[in-house]
Amino acid sequence: MVKELPVIYLQTAGCSGCAVSLLNSASPTIKNVLIDQIVPGMHINLRFHPVIMASAGELAVEVMEGTAREKKGEYVLVVDGAVPTATDAVYGAVGERNGKPVTMLQRVTELARDALAVIALGTCASFGGISAAAPNPTSAKPVKDVLDAEGIKKPLINIPGCPPHPDWFVGTVAGIIMNGLPTADDLDDLLRPKAFYGKLIHENCPRRAYFDEGKFAKKFGDEGCLYELGCKGPITYADCPLRRWNSGTNWVIGAGAPCNGCTQPEFPDQTAPFYEKLVDVEIPTIGACWTGKEDK
Amino acid sequence: MGKIVIDPVTRIEGHLKIEAVVEDGVVKDARTTGNLFRGFEIILRGRDPRDAQVITQRICGVCPQSHGIAAALSLDSAFGISDKIPDNARIMRNLIQGVHIAQDHILHFYHLTALDYVNVTDVARYEGNDSQLNSVKDFIARGELGPFLPRYEGDYRLPPEVNQQAVAHYVKALEIRRVGHEAVSIFSGKIPHSVGVVPGGVTSVPTPDNIMAYIWKIKILQDFIDNVYIPDVLAIAGAYLDYAEIGTGCKNLLSYGSFDLDGKSPDYTTRERLFKQGTVSADLKPGNLDTDKITEYVRHSWYEDSTSGRHPSKGDTKPQYGKEGAYSWTKAPRYDGKVYEVGPLARVVVSYAKGDPTAQELVNGALDKLKASPSVLFSVLGRHLARALSAKIITDSLEGWALQLKPGEPTYVEYEIPDEAMGMGLTDAARGALGHWIEIKDKKIANYQCVVPTTWNVGPMDDKGQHGPIEQAIIGTRIKDEANPFEIVRIIRSFDPCLACAVHVVTPKGRDLGQYRVV
Repeated sequence: MVKELPVIYLQTAGCSGCAVSLLNSASPTIKNVLIDQIVPGMHINLRFHPVIMASAGELAVEVMEGTAREKKGEYVLVVDGAVPTATDAVYGAVGERNGKPVTMLQRVTELARDALAVIALGTCASFGGISAAAPNPTSAKPVKDVLDAEGIKKPLINIPGCPPHPDWFVGTVAGIIMNGLPTADDLDDLLRPKAFYGKLIHENCPRRAYFDEGKFAKKFGDEGCLYELGCKGPITYADCPLRRWNSGTNWVIGAGAPCNGCTQPEFPDQTAPFYEKLVDVEIPTIGACWTGKEDK
Repeated sequence: MGKIVIDPVTRIEGHLKIEAVVEDGVVKDARTTGNLFRGFEIILRGRDPRDAQVITQRICGVCPQSHGIAAALSLDSAFGISDKIPDNARIMRNLIQGVHIAQDHILHFYHLTALDYVNVTDVARYEGNDSQLNSVKDFIARGELGPFLPRYEGDYRLPPEVNQQAVAHYVKALEIRRVGHEAVSIFSGKIPHSVGVVPGGVTSVPTPDNIMAYIWKIKILQDFIDNVYIPDVLAIAGAYLDYAEIGTGCKNLLSYGSFDLDGKSPDYTTRERLFKQGTVSADLKPGNLDTDKITEYVRHSWYEDSTSGRHPSKGDTKPQYGKEGAYSWTKAPRYDGKVYEVGPLARVVVSYAKGDPTAQELVNGALDKLKASPSVLFSVLGRHLARALSAKIITDSLEGWALQLKPGEPTYVEYEIPDEAMGMGLTDAARGALGHWIEIKDKKIANYQCVVPTTWNVGPMDDKGQHGPIEQAIIGTRIKDEANPFEIVRIIRSFDPCLACAVHVVTPKGRDLGQYRVV
C-alpha cells in the first residue's frame, strides 16, 4: 500500500518563478516528484497546482476545497507568493464562492488552519519579497504575518530565494517524509532549514580569496571579488556556491554577477541598489576582512 | 442563456478569470479578468535605474529573461549606449534569450496545453516496455491522479497509442526544457531570474568550454523540436482540424521583432533582427512598426480614467478597484487605435509576410502538410504551429551565433547614469511584443511602464468598447458541451497567457445576466 502525502500548492502574489524553478529539480526529477514513489511506499500527491493541473475553474477550486475537507490535518500547504492585504485584500483572488471572488488572504487563512504544516516557498511567501517592495502598494505580507494575525499556530517552514533552488524545496519535503516535521533546531531564527541556509554565500565563495587579498573587480568581466560591484554575498545565507544552479551548471557569481541577497528578508529594499557596494557595516561572521578593522 | 465562468484558468502563468455568456450554444460575450495587481510600476519609482532589470524579471517567473532583455535595452537607450554594446554581449544576450524562449515554447505545448488534447488515462492500457510509461501506468493504477484529474471530459480524440506516446513525450519534455534552462545558466548564471544581462552588455565572458557546453545542450533541444515537438503539433492538428477555424480572433498581428543581428543602429524599430518588426492583418500585407501608435486604455480596467489613452512613455498606474464598468487589473493596449494580437503567431507571420526566406519555407511546408491555406494561421492550431516554428527558427540560429563569439574580446561597455533621460526597450518575448519605457530624473527612475504581451492579448475592452484579442477569439465560438467548455480553455491556452498569477476557468451554473454588468 502506497501512502499518499496530499499537497495543496497555492499561488498568491508572485510570478510563478518558484513553480518553474521546481520544474528544474534534477535528482529527483520533477517527474519523479509528481508520479513516482518518492521513497518506497510514499507518493507526494500534488492535488492542486494551478500551473500544471488538468482541471480549471470550479472543478479546480473543488479539488482545493475538497482536499482541505477530506484530508483535514493531513495535507501540506505550500504557499508560493506574498498575500495582498490592502483595501480588504482586493488585489488578489483565487476562484469564486457564491459568485464572489475569494481573496488570497481568505484562501491562505482557511487552508492553513486545517493543514498539517505550511511551507512558505520563495522570498515573497517567506518575507514579502518583491511583492512587498516599497512602497508595497498592495500591503503584501509574508505567510508568517498572516498566520500570526489570525492566531493560526501551525508548523511553518520558510524556503526563501527568488526563486528558491529546487533542492531546497525537494530536500525539505524529503526531510519531512523521512524524519517528520523539522524541529526548532533544524531551522534558523527566520524558520529557514539550516541544511540549506546555514552558511553565508561569502563563506563558501570561490572568489573569497580575492576579497581577503583586497582584489576587487571594477567592472563586469573583470577578475576579482564582486564586492564593489554590489555583491550581497557577505550578508546572504544560502548554499549557492556549493550547490550551484540549474543541475549544477553555474550560479550567480559564476556568471560574474553580484549576489543580490534574494534569500534574505532584506531583499529587495535593503539589498538594493543591487549594483552598489554594501554600506560598510560590521560583518562579524566573515573572519579576516580587507578593511583592516577586524583582527587578522 | 448561461454564463460560463472559469476562475482560475489553470495551466497558464498568473491569475486569470474568464466569463463567457452563452446563448443557443454560442458565446455572445466574453470578458477576461486579470486577477492580481502587484504594482510593479509603482515599486520601480525612485529606484536606481540599473535595478530595473532585476526587478522587472520578477514580473514573470516563466519569461523573466525577456523582461531582463527589454529592461537592459531600455536602459541602454536611456544611457545613450544602445549602439555601443559589444558584439559579444549582443550575441550572448541572443543566446540567453533564445534558448530560454525555445524551452518556454516546449513547456507551453507539453505541460500547459497537451492535457487539453491528450488522454493521459490511456496509459493505463499500455503494454510495452518503456519504463517511463510503465511508471505512469503504476501511478494511474494507484488511483490518486492529482494533478492530472479531474479535468473536462468528452473530447479526447487521439487513438490510445498516440496518447501513450504523447504522455512519454510530456515526460521527456520535462527533461528537455530543464536542459534549456541549463543552457541559459551557462551565460546568465541561473534561471528563473537570471543575472547575466545588464545595461552595457553582460556580466559573463565567453570561453571555448562554455561555448561548447552551450552548443551541445542546444543540439539536444534541436533534436527534440525537429523529431518530437513539430511532429506532435502536426499529429494533434490532424485530429483536431476544426480548431483551424476556432479562435480566429482579431486578425491583426503585431511584432517588435527580436534577436539583434546588428547592434549599430540605435533605433530598435528598424535595426536588423532575426524576427522582423512590424504588423500584418488578414490580407498578409506587412506594415512597419511605429511605436508612437501605441496607447493604453483603462476605461474597463481598475485604474483611474484620467490615465486612459496615453502612450506608455507617458503612462501612469493609479489603481481604483471597483470602478464602475471596470472588470480587470489588465489595461487595454491598442495600436493605431485598433486591437492587435501578439505572440509567436505574430512573430512568425510578420516575418513570413515580410518575405523572410526561413519563415516562408517553414510556414509553407507546414501548411502543405496540413493541406491548408495561410488563412488557417489565424486560429487555435495556427498559434500552436507558429509557436513550434518559432522554437525551430530560434534554436536553429543559436549554434551559428555561439560560434561568432570571440573569447577575450569585451562583453561590457561602461557608462554614466544621466541626470535626466528617456529610454525604450523593445523585444519579442516568448509570448510576444514586450516594451519597457523608462524616464530618469535625478539619476533615479521617475517613471517606468511595461506593456507586456499578455496585456495585449488578455486585456479587456478599450474606451471605444472594442474587445481584447482573447475576448474576440472566444466570442462567436460554438460550445458543444457547456459543462465541459473545452473550446474556451483551448482558445485561451493557444495564446499562452502569462498573467504572473492564474486566470479563472468556468463551469456554467446558469448565472443570469443580471450579474453581468452591461456597460
